[in-house]
Amino acid sequence: MGKLTFSMGGVHPHDSKYARECAIEELPLPQTVYVSMAQHLGAPAKPLVAVGDSVKVGQVIAEPGGFISAFVHSPVSGTVKSIAPRKDLAGNPVMHVEIAVEGDEWDPAIDRSKDLVTAIPDDRAAILDRIKACGVVGLGGATFPTHVKLNPAPGKVAECLILNGAECEPFLTSDYRIMIERPKEIVVGAAIMQKVLGGCKCVIGIEENKPEAIASMSAAVRELGYPGIEVQTLKKRYPQGGEKQLIDAVMHRQVKSGGLPIDVGAVVQNVGTSLAVYEAVQKNKPLITNVLTITGDKIPGNLQHNYLFRIGMPLSWIVEQAGGVPETAAKLISGGPMMGKAISNLDATTVKGSSSVLYLSEEATRRQPETGCIRCGKCADACPMGLEPFLLNRLYKAADLEGLERNAAQDCIECGCCLYSCPAHIPLLDNIRQAKGQVMGVIRARAAAAKAAAEAAKAAAEPKK
Amino acid sequence: MTQTIIWTVAILTVLGLLLALILFWVARKFKVEEDPRIDEVEKVMPGANCGGCGFAGCRAFADAAVKATSLDNQYCPVGGDEVMQKVASILGFTVAAKAPQVAVVRCNGTCANRPRTNEYDGVQSCRVKAALYSGDTACAFGCLGCGDCVAACQFGALSMDPETGLPVVDESKCTACGACTKACPKHIIELRNKGPRGMREFVSCVNKDKGPAAKKACAAACIGCGLCAKTCQHGAITVTDNVAYIDFTKCKLCRECEAVCPTGAIHGVNFPKELDKEAVKKRIADRKAKAAEAAKAAAVEPVEKKEVANG
Amino acid sequence: MDKKYIVSPSPHIHADISTTKIMRDVIIALCPAILVSVLAYGWAELLVLLVSVASCVLLEWAVTKWMMKRPSTVGDLSAVVTGLLLAMNLPSAIPLWIVFIGAVVAICVAKLPFGGIGQNVFNPAITGRVFLLVSFPAQMTNWTPTRGFIQITDAVSGATPLSVLKESLKSGSTIPEFMEAHGYTTATLLQDIGASAGEISAIALLLGFVYLLVRRVVKPWIPLAVLGTMALVAAIFHGINPDVYTGVEFNLLTGGALLGALFMATDYVTSPMSTWGGVIYGAGIGLIAMMIRYFGSYPEGMSFAILLMNCTVPLLNMWFHQKKYGRA
Repeated sequence: MGKLTFSMGGVHPHDSKYARECAIEELPLPQTVYVSMAQHLGAPAKPLVAVGDSVKVGQVIAEPGGFISAFVHSPVSGTVKSIAPRKDLAGNPVMHVEIAVEGDEWDPAIDRSKDLVTAIPDDRAAILDRIKACGVVGLGGATFPTHVKLNPAPGKVAECLILNGAECEPFLTSDYRIMIERPKEIVVGAAIMQKVLGGCKCVIGIEENKPEAIASMSAAVRELGYPGIEVQTLKKRYPQGGEKQLIDAVMHRQVKSGGLPIDVGAVVQNVGTSLAVYEAVQKNKPLITNVLTITGDKIPGNLQHNYLFRIGMPLSWIVEQAGGVPETAAKLISGGPMMGKAISNLDATTVKGSSSVLYLSEEATRRQPETGCIRCGKCADACPMGLEPFLLNRLYKAADLEGLERNAAQDCIECGCCLYSCPAHIPLLDNIRQAKGQVMGVIRARAAAAKAAAEAAKAAAEPKK
Repeated sequence: MTQTIIWTVAILTVLGLLLALILFWVARKFKVEEDPRIDEVEKVMPGANCGGCGFAGCRAFADAAVKATSLDNQYCPVGGDEVMQKVASILGFTVAAKAPQVAVVRCNGTCANRPRTNEYDGVQSCRVKAALYSGDTACAFGCLGCGDCVAACQFGALSMDPETGLPVVDESKCTACGACTKACPKHIIELRNKGPRGMREFVSCVNKDKGPAAKKACAAACIGCGLCAKTCQHGAITVTDNVAYIDFTKCKLCRECEAVCPTGAIHGVNFPKELDKEAVKKRIADRKAKAAEAAKAAAVEPVEKKEVANG
Repeated sequence: MDKKYIVSPSPHIHADISTTKIMRDVIIALCPAILVSVLAYGWAELLVLLVSVASCVLLEWAVTKWMMKRPSTVGDLSAVVTGLLLAMNLPSAIPLWIVFIGAVVAICVAKLPFGGIGQNVFNPAITGRVFLLVSFPAQMTNWTPTRGFIQITDAVSGATPLSVLKESLKSGSTIPEFMEAHGYTTATLLQDIGASAGEISAIALLLGFVYLLVRRVVKPWIPLAVLGTMALVAAIFHGINPDVYTGVEFNLLTGGALLGALFMATDYVTSPMSTWGGVIYGAGIGLIAMMIRYFGSYPEGMSFAILLMNCTVPLLNMWFHQKKYGRA
């Protein structure tokens, strides 16, 4: 098979993967960690520990706060100092458990050996329970609880598990490093998820700019010999790693607006998630570590790292370990340059989904003044969802909610291609993101009203029987 | 040549007549019968179509007023009592007078009071900025300074002060339609009673952080110390979530709270004289001393009485 | 954090692209044709170009600064492009004050009153040209060869091929007679013909357009639709009666067909955004242009065709949308 890619839109930013040769280093432990209770999509977790409790590495410290939520485990051993709101990287208060680090005593149930365990347990439900109990969430960006995604609604059948190794965001190299350094674990994780999903095939999609990762993953697939797993080379094109784009590229199917990937028989998981699933199921190790890239444009090589970090380590502390913030940095970003969040509070803590600290220089990141739209249509050409950003921007300014919904503002995946490619530097995505929120609000309100009406009708109909 | 002109004139005349007839017929055929009072009411409305009343525009307001059985649920904030009296007289209702209101910006986080901690570089919209993060200062509650309220105001009553970075309300233009209060994502702008001759007291801060954090973020923050609430003789001040609030229906404009506030978060506007803090503080101290004396006197009184009081 | 870092919504990087850079690419693409016309028509042509560009830029600067009281948009080079396109549509012998009037119409009538760059309904350069064509028909179509730096063209007529043709047909001669009388063959048409500056060399124009395609500034659909429709219409009519209707090559290579199709019809602002909208828009231009050429009283219809189809752009933008992901 040739190189695959999605069918519409997309841009080609320079990949800037300067930290690709930096092997993963393990960070030392700080004195204090702050574990956020909102590290996943969905309801925040509820703390189960009290101030003064002593905890071990891997011990549960919070339980899910709803159906879509996840367990949180202590990343260190020590004493709980406080359970209080603390500012996240956007400066908004979020409940955190503060733990003073004492030694490094792990929960004895965790297998800390490096031995590869290839035998996959038979019991599907037990595997799912283990994934849930270990607090595994999607590490591709959205941090959606993995056990929910791996357990499709009745009647929905998974035909293909797509493992996302595209890492299409420029600069980021954490997925690349784990594909180089831990390919076998990732493949075993994929085989476990295949099993959970009822034995569907699995495609590992990797962009063409990572030939070493393609080679190492292919070798691991061949060596381990699980049936139905293949490595697929993808073209280098952003946002190749977007869930909907990846399904389009690999399966040539498109998820309907408002639908889920499973509707077209697809389940997409990140390679990092696969590693977490391996560690959870085979090693009983909860999701308390992840790999994060420290890099940026025009910064010296000695400030660039790929770190294995414990969740809850403050960003400022990690940055200090990495050699400090370079002079040239004008903006700090958590995540990639296309979809990551700007850090306004470096004291914030790392969470399960942290993938990078990116330093961007003034000239790389400063926005240019907005000029008039010249109707070149480059935004529409770039939109991987086939939307017309210039139109959505205009409708948003006119507060035309109906028009926005008709033109599918709710389908926006916030990939940033429109703003990236606008020659007039119009802040398209800034506005469309708002528009999307407003339209989603309308759609939700309508759905709720329809549900209430249906229930009322049902209630009215019942006495007649 | 002459013939061409004659023909042209003739054809255009016939065409004009024909179209006029069609228009006349259509107007007759599709005429909508409306209560004539709707027009009358609409005529006395301000005609700003601002939506401050909760209706789509002035005509929608008029339509609802004509159909309503009383005007209790309707109020035109722009026209105020004057317009409401006119509407009432047209429709034969009576309306109670309502105190005129004005938009009040409850943030004093000027560039001087509230140091910037980062630099915002996105689209100049408070809504977008608020959705992104807590703001470019350490105060997560204060004014974001992008002027969504200014854009929302149809009466030109709001403007950004480049010196302070905060919006300023022009009281003479403000109609209290409430558009700005809805536009502000931080809910800083509040409609308050204008007060006698425009005099009013308000807490110019909505920071819910604990005292030290609030103070660190902004020199003029309400730190929730409660001194104002303790001082107030009229029970007008409450402190919830580390921020004080003055109930304008209870406030008697004695300005004691303003005098005792340690951070200057309480503002009094349109008073004829500047506040003499020391004098007011002395007045409070005297009153306290008197009260203490009275308490002492009460304590000296026979023991039995006190027991009764306690029992 | 002591240093005040920048915070903004994503994305945090931007492609190396701007309005100015796009306009610069258009200017570069026009260079071969400009070079050929200056070589062919000499100082006169150079003066027309200079006056046109200078007037457009100055007018835009003055109006935005003094009348509209907003930041000047001269820096985006769009006024330069308008000036160049206007000049390339004018004969080199035209009096310079007429060039200035054209610039006034382009900038102060067609562009800025609508709100400046991006807001105009009609292509400014074409509006200016059509205004001049209607107001000064003699100066606009009567082409007296100015002395060039090198001898490229040996056209002897005092008017453009299309107007010469119109006159010949009126006087009763047939097309083959006409072609032979003036020595037009496909080869001569491709290289050089006596016409307004921008029409002189098809090769130079095509070269510039290929540059725009390579730089991904424009997409080929609109020009293909314009030229395809023109070729189709010409083939049909020429097939029916070759004595009255000119053939495909003649139509594609004369009368600013290429300049219009490649550089004017593809103007971002006044053309539809979607591919299919663009195809219909282009087909409309081709059809109208050919109808004017065959049946109208003007010898040349490209400018009118583009202006007429400019009117349909809002409608085409409303009707034709991109294919959306996951929607039928």
